[in-house]
Amino acid sequence: MNYEAVIGLEVHVQLKTASKMFTRVAAGYGQPENTLTDPVVLALPGALPVLNKEALDKIITAGLILDCAIAPVCKWDRKNYFYPDSPKNYQISQYDQPICVGGTVEIELPGPSRNVMGEHKKIPLTRIHLEEDVGKLNHGASDSLVDYNRAGTPLMEIVSEPAMHSADEAFAFLTALRTAMVQGGISDCDMEKGQLRCDANISIRPVGETKLGVKVELKNLNSISFVRDGIAHEIRRQVAVLGSGGTIVQETRDYDGQTGASQSLRSKEMAHDYRYFPDPDLMPVKVDEAWLAVIRPTLPERMFDRQRRYLEQFQLPYTLTSVLVPSLALGAFFEEAAKLSGKPQAAANWITNDLQRELAAAGVELAASKVRPAHIAGLVKLVESGVISSNIAKEVFVAMFATGEQADAIVERKGLKQSTDTGELEKWVTDAIAADPKAAAGFKGGNEKALNAIKGAVMKASKGKANPQLVDQIARKLLA
Amino acid sequence: MSTQPDLNLDYLANLARLALTDAEKAEFAQQLGDILHYVEKLKQVDVSGVEPMAHASPVFNVWQPDVVAPGLPVEAALRNAPARREDMIVVPKVVE
Repeated sequence: MNYEAVIGLEVHVQLKTASKMFTRVAAGYGQPENTLTDPVVLALPGALPVLNKEALDKIITAGLILDCAIAPVCKWDRKNYFYPDSPKNYQISQYDQPICVGGTVEIELPGPSRNVMGEHKKIPLTRIHLEEDVGKLNHGASDSLVDYNRAGTPLMEIVSEPAMHSADEAFAFLTALRTAMVQGGISDCDMEKGQLRCDANISIRPVGETKLGVKVELKNLNSISFVRDGIAHEIRRQVAVLGSGGTIVQETRDYDGQTGASQSLRSKEMAHDYRYFPDPDLMPVKVDEAWLAVIRPTLPERMFDRQRRYLEQFQLPYTLTSVLVPSLALGAFFEEAAKLSGKPQAAANWITNDLQRELAAAGVELAASKVRPAHIAGLVKLVESGVISSNIAKEVFVAMFATGEQADAIVERKGLKQSTDTGELEKWVTDAIAADPKAAAGFKGGNEKALNAIKGAVMKASKGKANPQLVDQIARKLLA
Repeated sequence: MSTQPDLNLDYLANLARLALTDAEKAEFAQQLGDILHYVEKLKQVDVSGVEPMAHASPVFNVWQPDVVAPGLPVEAALRNAPARREDMIVVPKVVE
C-alpha cells in the first residue's frame, strides 16, 4: 500500500531582547550558572511579572512577516505543571487567545538541479504565541542540577498546520522560517544555543484517505538537518510498522541525530493535564492599528519577494539570486554595487563568486570586508570599458580585498592597463609567431585552433595586458 | 461540608508530584472540597449578560521598555536551595 505522510511542526524561537519576558533581568546565553535571575524568575513570594514591550513588538513583527492576523486583544495564561525547570510550577503562556493567528510560510523545494528554481508552496500556520522559556536541567548519574539563566527568556511558539508531506518540505519550512526570523531581527535562531528548537508531529495514512493517522511526536531535533533526517526516519518506521500488520501508538519519541535512531519517551496515557487558566498577574494586551502602523514600515522585504525582484528587475540568473537573498546584508551590498556600476549581473558575479570566496578564505564577515560596493562598481567599470581584461580584473580584485584600495588606483600603480598600443602588440605577436612556427603554419594550413597558441603566448608575454580582440586581429593580419 | 464528586485527590497529588499520607489526603480533601463548594455557590450568581473576562478591571498594555535592570547575585539566588552544587540547585533526577 502507498502511504502519505502528514507533518506538522512546532517551532520555538527565542526572541532577541536584552531583558526577559516578564522581568527586566538580562536574558543571555553562556553566562555563569544562575547569574541571570531575580525574584520574578525564581518565583519568590510577592514578585509580579511585567511585560517586555520589545518582545511584543518582535512577535508582532514576526506575525506580520508571516501574514498572520494580529489579534486585537490577547491574554496570558498559566500552564500548570510540576517540574524543576519551572520555579513557579507554571509557565506563563497564551492558551486560547494567542497574539498571532493563521499566517503562512513560503517555502522552496529542491529543484531538479542547483541552478533551477524548485517548486514553491505556502505552508499554513495555525498560530504563534508568546511565552517564557524554562530553566535548564543538567542530568547527572544520580541527581540533576538546575540553572535558571534561561528561565523567563521570551519564547515564541510557532505552530504549523499538519500540511507538510515530506522531510524535504519540513526542512524547507524551517530554513525559510529561520531566514524570516533572522532577517526580521526577531531572533538569531542559533540552534546550538537553543534559540530555535523544533518538535515534529508525524502520521501516515493511505494515499487518498482524508482522515489523519495516529500521530507520533518527535522531540529533540536540534539541527535543521536532524529535523529532516528524523522525519524521514519516522516516516519509514511507521510505514514498516503498518506494513508488517502492526499499529502506530500515539507517543513521543526522541530522535538521536548522531545514531539516526529513535526511542519512545512517553505514551499517551502519561499525557499532561496543564489546567490552563488566565494569569491574574498580567493584564491583557490590545494591539490597535496605530501600533501596527509603527511596525509595518520596519518589516524587511521577504526573501522570496526579493528573489523574484532580482530575477525580474536585474535579470539575474537564479543561481546568483539564491546566493544573494538569504542574507539581507549581502543583498543590500549587491543592490548598492548594482546601482553604482549600472551593471547588476557583473556586480552580482563578482560578489557571489570572488567576494564570497575571499571572505570565506580569510574568515572575514561581510561587514568587515575592505571591499565595499563602490570597489565592485569601480572594478566592473574598468572591465566594461576595456581598460583591463577580465583576467587582470581577478588579480585587481584580490589586491582590493587585501588593501581596500580602489581598482583604478591599483591598475594605475601596477601598470595593469590593457595595452591597445598597436606597435607594442605587433611586436609581441611577431615574437610569438617566430617562437612557434608550427602553430603559425598550422593556422595558415586552415587549423583555426592553432591561433590560440599564438594568442596565449602573447597574453603571457604581455602579462595579460594585451587586449585580446586586438591581438586576434593583428595575428590574423600577420598570418594572412 | 461534603467533598465534591469531581475532586480526585490522588490525581491532583500525582500532578503535583506529592506523595500524601491518608491523614493528609483526608485533610486536603476537606480543604479543597470547601473551595469547590464555594465555587459552586459562586456559580449561582446570575451572570447572564456579562461578557467572559480574564480580569475585572479594564486595564490593558501594562509593560516596561526592554531595559536591563540588575538581577540577584548567585549567592542570594541560591540561598533557599535545599542543596546546591556548582552554583546550581540539586534536585532529584526526573527525566521527561
